[in-house]
Amino acid sequence: MRSRLLLPAVLAATLLATACGGGGDGGDKNAAPAASGPAAATGSLTVWADDARAKPLQDIAAAFTRDKGVKVKVVQKGLGEIRDDFVSQAPTGQGPDVVVGPHDWLGKLVHNGVLAPLELGDRAAAFSPVALEAMRYEGRTYGLPYALDSIALLRNTELAPQAPASFAELLATGRRLVEEGKAKLPVAVPVDAKSGSPYHLYPLQTSFGCRVFGNKPDGAYDPTKLELDSPDCLRFAPWLRELGKDGVLSTSLTADIATDAFLKGRTPFLLAGPWDAATFKAAHVPFAVDPVPGADTAPARPFVGVQGFFVGAKSANPILAQDFVLNYLSTPQAQRALYDTGGRVPATTAVLDQVANDPMVAGFARAAQAGVPTPNLPAMDSVWADWGLTQLAIVQGRGDPAELTTAMAGRIRAKIAAG
Amino acid sequence: MTHTLPTRPPHAPPGRRPPAEGRPASARRRGLGGLAARIVLLAVVDALAVYGLLALAADRSWWMFGALLVGTVAVNIVYATKRHVPAKYLAPGIALLLVYQVYVVLYTGVAALTNYGDGHNSDKPDAVAAILAHSETRVPDSPVRPASVVARGDRLGLLVTGPDRSVRLGWPGHPLEPVEQPVRDPAGRAVAAPGWRPLTYSQIAGRQQEISALRVPVTGDPNSGSLRTADGISAAAYRSTLAYDRAADTITDRVRGVVYRPTSDGVFAAPDGSRLSPGWKVFVGADNFRRILTEEDIRGPFLGVLVWTFFFAGVSVALPFGIGLLLATVLNGKRLRGHRIYRSLIMLPYAFPAFLAALVWQGMLNTDYGYVNVSLLDGAHIPWLTDPWLARLSVLAVNVWISFPYMFLICTGALQAIPAEVTEAARIDGAGRWQVLRHIRLPLLLTAVTPMLIATFAFNFNNFNVIYMLTGGGPKDPDAPIEVGSTDLLISLVYKLAFGGSNRQYGMACAVSILIFVVVAAISVIGLRRSRAFEEQT
Repeated sequence: MRSRLLLPAVLAATLLATACGGGGDGGDKNAAPAASGPAAATGSLTVWADDARAKPLQDIAAAFTRDKGVKVKVVQKGLGEIRDDFVSQAPTGQGPDVVVGPHDWLGKLVHNGVLAPLELGDRAAAFSPVALEAMRYEGRTYGLPYALDSIALLRNTELAPQAPASFAELLATGRRLVEEGKAKLPVAVPVDAKSGSPYHLYPLQTSFGCRVFGNKPDGAYDPTKLELDSPDCLRFAPWLRELGKDGVLSTSLTADIATDAFLKGRTPFLLAGPWDAATFKAAHVPFAVDPVPGADTAPARPFVGVQGFFVGAKSANPILAQDFVLNYLSTPQAQRALYDTGGRVPATTAVLDQVANDPMVAGFARAAQAGVPTPNLPAMDSVWADWGLTQLAIVQGRGDPAELTTAMAGRIRAKIAAG
Repeated sequence: MTHTLPTRPPHAPPGRRPPAEGRPASARRRGLGGLAARIVLLAVVDALAVYGLLALAADRSWWMFGALLVGTVAVNIVYATKRHVPAKYLAPGIALLLVYQVYVVLYTGVAALTNYGDGHNSDKPDAVAAILAHSETRVPDSPVRPASVVARGDRLGLLVTGPDRSVRLGWPGHPLEPVEQPVRDPAGRAVAAPGWRPLTYSQIAGRQQEISALRVPVTGDPNSGSLRTADGISAAAYRSTLAYDRAADTITDRVRGVVYRPTSDGVFAAPDGSRLSPGWKVFVGADNFRRILTEEDIRGPFLGVLVWTFFFAGVSVALPFGIGLLLATVLNGKRLRGHRIYRSLIMLPYAFPAFLAALVWQGMLNTDYGYVNVSLLDGAHIPWLTDPWLARLSVLAVNVWISFPYMFLICTGALQAIPAEVTEAARIDGAGRWQVLRHIRLPLLLTAVTPMLIATFAFNFNNFNVIYMLTGGGPKDPDAPIEVGSTDLLISLVYKLAFGGSNRQYGMACAVSILIFVVVAAISVIGLRRSRAFEEQT
């Protein structure tokens, strides 16, 4: 038995020794880039971006590589995955150095300790105020903005040549067109049958003076001041119910159906964001973009989403990442390149001035500048679900609007308090 | 692996092979080849293992290191010796079982004992670092100045150029002081000072962590803050309100005079109840399980979902099986003309990807614009997917539509496998059609398909696609204390806990996953036991 074992054992040991050598080398190679010292390579950056951002980023990154000798790897990921993957991978040290995302992730990301603050310094002056406001969380700035988006009113200029001054006027025009048989729906407001439509309805809601959160002295949202059951909100709720009763709002009018109705000329008005800009441009419907008109006396203020770049707190290359974001992505050229591929409203005022002759961008820009940032508080996640569900219930008439609203606010407060 | 090099017993005379051990030359050659293959394979496995061990050691993943080491030694013992013949056959399967099943279940189990989730996603040092970084605020109205990182020996310092071209230098513990005769770049920015050399970009890149941690006091007064650079070319003054005391393991808020201490649930908390965010991952024992089973807010919805999951899975097996069996029996007869065409048509829903079918059905069941209401029901407004009970009905109906062709396929196969002689014999013995079906075909068929029915039950128990695509678990009850809808299965509840709307609660989601695993495993074991008993009877 002993001698039978010997030959395989010796051979295996020899091969093993060879393997050891090879394995050891491999280990050293892996360790080399992470090691610090003058001999180390200049380092490399990993950027996570969605597909629309990946291309212009690669061009900007090429300039960075040329100037500084730093390799930049742009990893294309679905926008939906970026946030969760970032939160779970950053602590392992395997996360990206820079991510692209909307500002309303901020609270969650900071709450998980994965973001490094950014000091924009004098660069801040180049951005529109709403963009800077959105990128602040608890008094610190965490993101470099590049685009804004918000809900605006799309109007079929053939059916409705005049921009309505109020939502009542809009409804009157729409109803007249329906009566004349020129349209099927007076206005198309997309509603998700599963989660409601708080985002699309927010400009109408704020025109009643009904806001989600009150403000802290420094202007930031205060999570302890939920205002969804304020007297103004209790006025808004029955009005919403009326729209549901009259069939103006329907909980089965999904975004797809609403967009389709507008593109086929079945409705003169559509509440929409800039996400489907390409679809609208390709369609043969002549249309104009304006801010959503108010339904009551207060100004109608849509939520503004601000897209930006964030630096990871556990980045192995904090200086390079900050340098890339602050000094390469903030330049007018970079911001322009990001606009050219995305078509979103630029967050830089200089770039916005360059492209303001595009009526669609100008329209969405006016809408966004009248808006308020979507709250970036972590508490917002608890708000959306209950808020949307209650809207569905109100529109469908499942209970007294005011009672539903008060009960909702109570539940949301309890959830926020529970953390 | 029984053919190895035949060795001679020591007492055998040289040159003569004892007849008892004699083997044909071809067998010996095969033995040599097998031996070589074994050595090479084992060496490859060992080489990979050594590489893995080195990588894990570098990563300080000692648990994984230990597991891999034990595994490698076990593989070597099994394959390098002639013993353990059964183990030689079982080892690859066991290895895969360990990696893909046991490890996953154990990992989920361990995660279920933690509070892993939003706000508790990393370890304590990370949390302390994040808290301190977050507490650093820019000194109000302080400017951002062009700055250069300079070095003297190993020490790093910051060289700041003022608006009037004045240059000041400082390093940790040594406030800024004016510098005479600095070296400037063409833009006028100071890049070096006497005794201090500039750092090149690649040197900066090589010492990034050090530079990020570099704090240079602006003046001797701590309230004026410390300069810090984020990008290596500019600096601004910051003040921190919090300080971490490593020895006492406390964080002190210098402004409010509050001391935060770590708690057992993984956060720094002050006596007044205020907490610092983020926290870190800690073991909370059976807390997650206890919450699911005892906290009324969670237990109520959880039990509701559990009952519905059983009902959904049961109906999703029974109804498609019944329909499939019926159709298979009907179409099994060769007398029906065009039965091949019918069979192909029945298979159509099966040819669709299930999640696509669910998505299409979602559109068709829209209350006001869906095909079902608008065209089939003449403009009715039936809330198929938004009324709790109708939504449950719709989900079941769509799932039956998706899954009956599979059952039909299986039943057809099983029926055709039953020998015609058996049924003929029954007929000759005077059994009627029904009796043949009831006493001959059905028992034979069930023997064949029971394992498959159990598998289908387990599949539907976790049928995430249909639920997620059709209703998203909704309609949701706005009054429910946790986010759960009328059609949520346990698996979609897990998804919502882990990735859904509000807080990510990975630990809790893992706990529910473990409960699902226990339920499915128990059902499978009982079911397979039963089916075996059934087999033995017949």
